[in-house]
Amino acid sequence: MAIVINGTNYPLPDDPRVSLLDFLRERLGLTGTKLGCNQGGCGACTVILDGTRVLSCLTLAVQADGRDVLTIEGLASDQSGLHPLQQAFIDHDGLQCGYCTPGQICSAVAMIGELRRGDPSYVTADLVEGPKGGLRQEIRERMSGNLCRCGAHNGIVAAIEQMLNGEAP
Amino acid sequence: MRSFDYRRAADRTEALSIAGEGRARYLGGGTNLVDLMRQNIEAPAALVDVSRLPDSIEETPTGGLIIGAAVSNSVVAVHPAVRTQYPMLSRALLAGASAQIRNMATIGGNILQRTRCAYFYDVAGSRCNKREPGAGCDAIDGHNRYHAIFGASERCIATHPSDMCVALAALDATVHLLGPGGEREVRLLDFHRLPGEHPEIETVLRPGELITAIELDPSAAAANSRYRKVRDRSSYAFALVSVAAGLEVVGGRIEDVRIALGGVAAKPWRAVRAEGLLRGQAPTRARFLEAADAELAAAKSFHGNAFKVELAKRTVAAVLGELTGADA
Amino acid sequence: MSKLQNAIVGGVRTAMGYVPGNWLPGGTPDPLIERRVTLGTQQSRVDGPDKVRGAAHFAAEVPMEGLLYAACVHSTIPRGRITELDVAAAETAPGVALVMTHRNAPKMAVPPPIGLTNLKAAGNNILPVMQDAEIRWNGQTVAVVLAETQEQADLAASLIKVGYEAAVARTRFEKAKADARTPDSLMIEKNRLKKGDVAVALQAAARSVDAIYRTPWHNHTPIEPNAATIAWKGDRLTVHDATQMLNGTAGSLAKVFGIKESQVYVSSPFVGGGFGGKALWDHQILGAAAAKLAGRPVRIALSRASMVRLIGGRSPTEQRVALAAAADGRLKGLLHHGFSVKPPHSACDEAFTLTSRSLYASESFDVVQHTIDLDVLANTFMRAPGEAPGTFALESAMDELAHELGMDPIELRRRNVPDRNPVSGAPHSQSDVMLAYDLGAKRFGWDRRAAAPRSRREGEWLIGMGCATGSFPYARMPGMTVRITLDGSGHATVSSAAHEMGMGTATVQRQHTADRLGLPLESVTVTIGDTSLPFGSFAGGSSQTASLGAAINAASGKLAVELLRLAGNDTPLAGLRPAEIEFVNGGLRKIGEPSRYESFVSILKRAARDQISVTGVSSAPLEMLKFSMHSRSAIFCELLVSDVTGEVRVDRLVGCFDCGRILNPKTAASQFRGGMIMGIGMALTEEALFDERTGRVMSASIADYHVPAHLDVPDIDILWTDIPDPRTPMGARGIGEIGITGVAAAIANAAFNATGKRVRELPLTPDKFLFA
Ligand SMILES: Cc1cc2nc3c(=O)[nH]c(=O)nc-3n(C[C@H](O)[C@H](O)[C@H](O)COP(=O)(O)OP(=O)(O)OC[C@H]3O[C@@H](n4cnc5c(N)ncnc54)[C@H](O)[C@@H]3O)c2cc1C
Ligand code: SF4
Ligand code: FES
Ligand code: FES
Repeated sequence: MAIVINGTNYPLPDDPRVSLLDFLRERLGLTGTKLGCNQGGCGACTVILDGTRVLSCLTLAVQADGRDVLTIEGLASDQSGLHPLQQAFIDHDGLQCGYCTPGQICSAVAMIGELRRGDPSYVTADLVEGPKGGLRQEIRERMSGNLCRCGAHNGIVAAIEQMLNGEAP
Repeated sequence: MRSFDYRRAADRTEALSIAGEGRARYLGGGTNLVDLMRQNIEAPAALVDVSRLPDSIEETPTGGLIIGAAVSNSVVAVHPAVRTQYPMLSRALLAGASAQIRNMATIGGNILQRTRCAYFYDVAGSRCNKREPGAGCDAIDGHNRYHAIFGASERCIATHPSDMCVALAALDATVHLLGPGGEREVRLLDFHRLPGEHPEIETVLRPGELITAIELDPSAAAANSRYRKVRDRSSYAFALVSVAAGLEVVGGRIEDVRIALGGVAAKPWRAVRAEGLLRGQAPTRARFLEAADAELAAAKSFHGNAFKVELAKRTVAAVLGELTGADA
Repeated sequence: MSKLQNAIVGGVRTAMGYVPGNWLPGGTPDPLIERRVTLGTQQSRVDGPDKVRGAAHFAAEVPMEGLLYAACVHSTIPRGRITELDVAAAETAPGVALVMTHRNAPKMAVPPPIGLTNLKAAGNNILPVMQDAEIRWNGQTVAVVLAETQEQADLAASLIKVGYEAAVARTRFEKAKADARTPDSLMIEKNRLKKGDVAVALQAAARSVDAIYRTPWHNHTPIEPNAATIAWKGDRLTVHDATQMLNGTAGSLAKVFGIKESQVYVSSPFVGGGFGGKALWDHQILGAAAAKLAGRPVRIALSRASMVRLIGGRSPTEQRVALAAAADGRLKGLLHHGFSVKPPHSACDEAFTLTSRSLYASESFDVVQHTIDLDVLANTFMRAPGEAPGTFALESAMDELAHELGMDPIELRRRNVPDRNPVSGAPHSQSDVMLAYDLGAKRFGWDRRAAAPRSRREGEWLIGMGCATGSFPYARMPGMTVRITLDGSGHATVSSAAHEMGMGTATVQRQHTADRLGLPLESVTVTIGDTSLPFGSFAGGSSQTASLGAAINAASGKLAVELLRLAGNDTPLAGLRPAEIEFVNGGLRKIGEPSRYESFVSILKRAARDQISVTGVSSAPLEMLKFSMHSRSAIFCELLVSDVTGEVRVDRLVGCFDCGRILNPKTAASQFRGGMIMGIGMALTEEALFDERTGRVMSASIADYHVPAHLDVPDIDILWTDIPDPRTPMGARGIGEIGITGVAAAIANAAFNATGKRVRELPLTPDKFLFA
């Protein structure tokens, strides 16, 4: 039993109680993924599991056996570099304290895929047609699972919008 | 959280046989169960992970859909057949929780999620009959904004928090079960129980029984349907009241109508009385209001949730209005 | 504050009245107001790259050898005694290293209270911590478990059985009002203000309004939970904390454990949101005590449930505002009374009536507030304490009065904005709230507002517009200290035990230092965030920028002296006095004589020094006594209210701020937006659920306390007057808290405009609009 995290294989913890979040933070020292509530209520712990965004606080590490986990630390192609969305967050000041930020960014990276695929959201007017127009509202609804208490929302939405309008990540 | 064994089942038979070994629970996405275990509300000896069972969404010979229990909430929500033939289901799913949670949550787990009553969650400090039969219910005279206006008992006034189930109730979905005694089917409407004397028993599921799928029948009302959720925060919040409704109008008369309410009872509440009053009638705003009024006449509210009666009435009428193009 | 302090402040005020304004520090306006290079330009956060990579480390992320994890057991009654404490099962549970209760906790002193006069104190809940069997609020910690993993600690904590003997508790606001106290003072103001006769004014008024407004308990709800990683080495204590009071925490912990302040090291380079909630509470004390007993380092990271039991929130308020006006709108009388909760063990006033003492020129005033004593965890400061709930009441009332008068709400304010402090008569240092209104109204399109409520509709959605004034006083803390170290390459490092919680502290002070010393940005590094650095006051009261600014200014003066001394006689600067020189181009030169210049590099090289260091201290903030100093804002809102469900959707917000000079437009706009978004939460969704039967907070998870989600937050337009305040360092006033003020009123006023329904009780949830 093992998980691949940012391209590296790790053996799973013995205690099945260990969440994927605790495994990352407390056992592997990958503290880029944040603990905000440990209850599914804030999105700070968002990671990308086999391409989809999930909450690592409610995922048992053993549930991720054999799967591919991408965390904030693995997002940029090289260690010192930045993923274009990370750069866009800086450019649009889509962060203040920075605590919700890794979760916002991981969430957004996967969300961009969902939007491009044409998945509807609760605010999509026509379910069959999929998201057309109202891009900011679409982003807002889709990112609502990532709370930010500092109030960096406008910058976050602008950064994501720029990614969607610009180059593919 | 107590220690437990974790096993992953490769198929249903294996799931059943592992579960049969002891005090085990099935694990879907874990978005509810892991939380409840962390709060020490639940303490199973073993978890049988059924989230990777090879489930899918298939068309039935009658043109309906059968959706495997392990399929994630988001996969169902965006499935083309669901979007076109059962829009209320798609939208109900999209109204629930957050994208991350929907990616994790399974259909089976969603049906079996438990109440969000704050006293239920407060293991150390509050009395709750659902957690501890006979202990008392601190919600009845406490904060009960999110609590029931239908079907509550003196033991418990909690609501079932699922959005998806409200749509499934309106669609009259069938739940497929597999247990030690074999397969059986239960209407979703009969699946959840009202609290009565035993709020701790929430469904008709038998020990060791696995939800394998839900089945939907096609209908014109299902294809012309909507879901509307009213909440305290515009997104990522549980419903105060929600309405799933479908309507088929033929020759200016209502041929088929389905209405279910969420956030109002320990189960998704099918508005049978309102439906009865509407069938065969002309779809007008006045009729909608009248029918909603009649349905809500049986409501019994508490000091924190009296507004739900009016809110539910108006929302039912508005959703039906939207379905016919009649102004709300 | 005490009567004595009132007298001192009052006395100094009187004396200062005879002193010419330019006698004061800042009396000669800071030259940087005119000479700005990087200040006022857009700068991205210096810590941005670390934050977006997840490489910024927070308190619960500091690795330590042999770390134990803590879990808390909280009382379930509000008042009484512990009669039974069964810890046997917990002690023998797997992985458990220690169970601490009042039976084995070390002796500890009561933490000293946060005070505006003692910056080395950060205590909020001024009660003994685990020293006896007494229960004083519902949620008090009765046991702490340490174990090898968090899972083990949490499980063991659940095995502890506690029995209580309950005593009668005071937990009901309404009931406790009868015994309310009337403190002599609020913060540093006298509480009771009576000028003229408001009762007579109300009777004689052409138009008047008189109503009660209510706000509920609020929680700060930062996304980073309160947490600390703690270790002892002999008598030396190290605390990696999430705090906005580094030195206050160190000083308090020293007092609690009876050691010297120099024996406590507190580090907090990044704080995941504070808003007032990241000061000293019981958990740091308990963590340190347990670490001492266990002889091992401890991480105490609070669960959300523990947070609502151990970190106090903003008190609820009940406020009566009555306004009497002449037919032309001029205020004849202003009454602002009310209640908030403040038990004797709380250090923090919710001074919601302060704004009413300075915002409008009324002929008469009757202002006083009362505090209610309950058996609860101490309330504390939360973003814009006082002003946030206070402006909701006052600015709703102004809107009601405008409606009564049939007058445009902006016009009503224009007629009542004073040209000096209406009570003390002190001049404004700078104030132009009406310019903020004019600029904001233009951007917002206020002229499209229909005066009559319920005039605009789109389908089921009623559309409305509203505005309100926001306000927050200027503050600068004395004692804030920085060290500037200039090295042989001409690089300056500024260090201070200051805080970064998202305000962009290092980013802005780097700009400031660069301009102050005539250096390019790249030649300045700012180091903040731990108590090994020069003394820092707290990050609160929107005071940090001005306090740090004053300290850097003071240090730069000393640097000039020091450099001149080092330069000696063999320099173009020979014989010049500090007052004759200025910092420019990485060196010093004579004012008005550019040829007399020498670079830092050259001065240090000739003196054979690889670096020099100076410290500067923020002086006594005498400007605050001489002038009436307030930041103000004009907030505009357009929103939709469903005529079916009562749901409110904010569609547009505009905030125009009169806060002195804006130092970094990029981070400043984010601060304003952040405050305004918290204002959206306050207006629409936020309410901590307090069970009055038991004194227990029932919104124990973040899903039960609704902070705004992305979908609640529209595009927010930010503007500012950008008029420098000649009495402050860099011409800037604080900007951290004003954002939230006025927003709830602007939203409630817009909702009235949309629906015709006046809601005077926050939050504006759908149910409040269902019944006419
Ligand atoms: C913050 C937050 C907000 C939320 N908001 C909403 C909301 O707005 N609307 C909404 O509808 N829901 C909401 N949810 C709840 C969410 O939808 C449920 O947690 C989720 O659907 C449960 O699915 P799961 O697969 O994760 O179930 P699990 O947590 O894995 O399991 C739940 C229960 O189902 C049982 N179970 C799982 N699969 C099977 C099976 N095949 N057969 C038999 N038993 C099974 C488990 O034993 C367990 O008892 C929210 C949750 C969170 C944490
Ligand atoms: S309403 Fe039901 S779940 Fe809530 S406290 Fe009462 S018994 Fe428990
Ligand atoms: S920490 Fe996982 S959602 Fe908050
Ligand atoms: S940046 Fe602080 S919580 Fe989002």
